[in-house]
Amino acid sequence: MSFDAIDWGDIGIAAIDTLSMLGGALGFTILFGLPLGILLFLTGRQQMLQQPVFYGILSFVLNILRSVPFIILLIMLMPVTVLLTGTSLGVRGVIPPLVFGTAPFFARLVEAALREVDRGIIEASQAMGGSTFQIVFRALLPEALPGLIAAVTVTSIVLVDYTAMSGAIGGGGIGDLAIRYGYQRFQTEVMVVTVVILILLVQLLQASGNRLVAHFSRK
Amino acid sequence: MISLRNISKAYPAAERNVRALADIDLDIVKGEIFGIIGASGAGKSTLVRLINLLESPSSGEIQVDGRATAAANGKELRALRRDIGMVFQHFNLLNAKTVAQNIAFPLELAGELARPQIKARVQELLERVGLLDHANKYPRQLSGGQKQRVGIARALAGRPKILLSDEATSALDPQTTQSVLRLLSEINRDIGITIILITHEMDVVRRICDRVAVLDGGRIVEKGAVEEVFLHPRHPATLRLVRESEGDEAENGLDLAQAPGPVYRFTFLGDDTQRPILGATAREFGVDYSILAGRVGHIRNLPFAQLTVALVGGSAFGAVNRLQAAGVVAERLSDGALSVTPRAVNG
Ligand SMILES: Nc1ncnc2c1ncn2[C@@H]1O[C@H](COP(=O)(O)OP(=O)(O)O)[C@@H](O)[C@H]1O
Ligand SMILES: [Mg+2]
Repeated sequence: MSFDAIDWGDIGIAAIDTLSMLGGALGFTILFGLPLGILLFLTGRQQMLQQPVFYGILSFVLNILRSVPFIILLIMLMPVTVLLTGTSLGVRGVIPPLVFGTAPFFARLVEAALREVDRGIIEASQAMGGSTFQIVFRALLPEALPGLIAAVTVTSIVLVDYTAMSGAIGGGGIGDLAIRYGYQRFQTEVMVVTVVILILLVQLLQASGNRLVAHFSRK
Repeated sequence: MISLRNISKAYPAAERNVRALADIDLDIVKGEIFGIIGASGAGKSTLVRLINLLESPSSGEIQVDGRATAAANGKELRALRRDIGMVFQHFNLLNAKTVAQNIAFPLELAGELARPQIKARVQELLERVGLLDHANKYPRQLSGGQKQRVGIARALAGRPKILLSDEATSALDPQTTQSVLRLLSEINRDIGITIILITHEMDVVRRICDRVAVLDGGRIVEKGAVEEVFLHPRHPATLRLVRESEGDEAENGLDLAQAPGPVYRFTFLGDDTQRPILGATAREFGVDYSILAGRVGHIRNLPFAQLTVALVGGSAFGAVNRLQAAGVVAERLSDGALSVTPRAVNG
């Protein structure tokens, strides 16, 4: 094995692409997943805006999205992606399927994190005359912050996995490199380097997530 | 201040309709500390949650400060709730906020005061509950008693007219309980706030309440001045709660048939406890007495003594009349006719 033949420039570009996909997709996942998670929580059983029918439908839709394997979602969503971004290739072309793939997952994690908040805190906030909106934004979300950060961490790691997979359909990035060189041209060194980069990325995400959770834990 | 008329509350449960409250009639007077006592599951929390509209009654009418609350919703409902502070058994503080931020929280929700005013008010409250040194700590850094002081400060922040306390001392040790109860009664005295205090401990009621209602199975089975209810419990549920607070003392296991004469329960309250009436009366009427049971203590600041005695010889009837004329409450527990032993008769 020789690492001399590796084009580090290619790897650098691929790494930046991966980080862009990760950042963009994570941003949109939070943007859509957080409100969905809050909605799930609020309309759930015995909660402030209990709405069994609405909750049931939302739950069902999210479960469907979650049960489609990502690689299939990627292909199924191509027309939608083209409609949204004008392309199904590159960083832009892969962000919509990534968001569809992880937002439902993230929403569930948000719901679970909010459920972890002691009911007594909601009750106390209601007794103080807080509106549902105030209770969510001033009591529940700050109280659930460590859980929410953990949810973002887990989601970002899932996203790293998905970005690598999306390389297969021309998404670019590290995964694309691994498939093109490592798999199709038998350049094992490239494969090794990409795997190491992915490992480091995941470790970094997990470690920073853990630190943030510890920092914001007040329980 | 608060009136509940013919209130009932049923929870729609999967298996059966849980009737949590039935036929509740209650009037709470401005400025008093009103106790609601009952065993676990009696409906105490449900009752108190009806007052600040965390629950709505299945039937009946509730008035707070002369206004019927049933129609309130949205903004009006939240304004009503802001006029009623509440403290909880498990404190329910926000873990992510400091002590000062917790106390400021209801003021921020209300959005009526500017930042400097909120700060000043929080400072005032911190001082009131003795937590000035802990303003920037988080709840997990506090002891239970300190947490409850934060809870009380938070409940008072918006200057409510009513304070609801749902088992506020039930998670605290006896000493901390005392200091929290003292704080509540000081606040009641200083700002005249009406306090509704829920508890399952008669001791808590005895220490600070003016009046009390006893809940059993969702109904009020007894209510009145604490002196009356505590010293002369009528309903079995009340008796149970009183006995629980006394441990094994008092009349538990008293066998009236074994008494040497008619058994009376004498209750001395307030100044009467200081006067040597019992001995003087006994001498005057040539009566001897043996003390079978008794309890002595305070109701709020009022001293009381309650003695269960068997009267032997002399004119028991005259002695009892004399005591009653002097303001002592006398209750006859047995006439002693069958319990006179041969030894006691010889005189
Ligand atoms: N949200 C609820 N749903 C159904 N049943 C309830 C609910 N809250 C209380 N109950 C029932 O109502 C009764 C009274 O409860 P509660 O008011 O909490 O009693 P306490 O505070 O005296 O222990 C109990 O039988 C309890 O199981
Ligand atoms: Mg209760």
